[in-house]
Amino acid sequence: MALIATKGTLDMAYPPLILASTAAAFGYEVTVFHTFWGLDILHEEHSADLKLSSVGNPNMPVPNVVGALPGMDRVTTRMMERRIDDNDTATVGELVETALEMGVEFQACQMTIDLLDYDEDDFFDGVTTGVGAATAVQDMAEADIQLLV
Amino acid sequence: MSVEFDIAETLDVKGASCPMPVIETKAATDGLVEGEVLEVLATDPGSVSDIDGWAAGTDGVKLLEQVEGEDVYQHYVRRTE
Repeated sequence: MALIATKGTLDMAYPPLILASTAAAFGYEVTVFHTFWGLDILHEEHSADLKLSSVGNPNMPVPNVVGALPGMDRVTTRMMERRIDDNDTATVGELVETALEMGVEFQACQMTIDLLDYDEDDFFDGVTTGVGAATAVQDMAEADIQLLV
Repeated sequence: MSVEFDIAETLDVKGASCPMPVIETKAATDGLVEGEVLEVLATDPGSVSDIDGWAAGTDGVKLLEQVEGEDVYQHYVRRTE
């Protein structure tokens, strides 16, 4: 299975991690190519501090005009973090570590590492760096399941 | 409901939510030898469909039975190879 993870908000970090670890449990070889803000999922420090915004999400009970006020992203993020905790849902970091232990290959796109001025050492141990779009295309060509998240 | 097989190991994942019941079940069955049965105790209602789907799509394991109790879902998985 080959996934592409492009988003780095707290809510969007979960789908690729849950699908990757579950597919590994099925015995699939799994690669997840992280690019743009998806890199933050693999970033050891940033992954513990991913944010959620109510702006642009009409399903959240906060009007956009209120959600855009300073500090509101922190409020909605706290709200979601509390729910994750109450529900005994694994944290993003725990899911990354679990998936790595199961043999999931997490790839950090080199072009966006350079673009966002990240360092190879910023990522969890075991994350593959020095890869680009051709690696992702090759993995997708060989996979039974391909998905962009 | 009575269970008619020997249980080699019990995995307690009560309280854990998706994807952990399946992930932990996979890890626990990896530790069994062929023929042994794992009992999984979960509270996640999604575990009924998820463990069924995982076992159906995974080589070397077979779901024998699922018991839906009042609060706890019991799953019985045999390692087949």
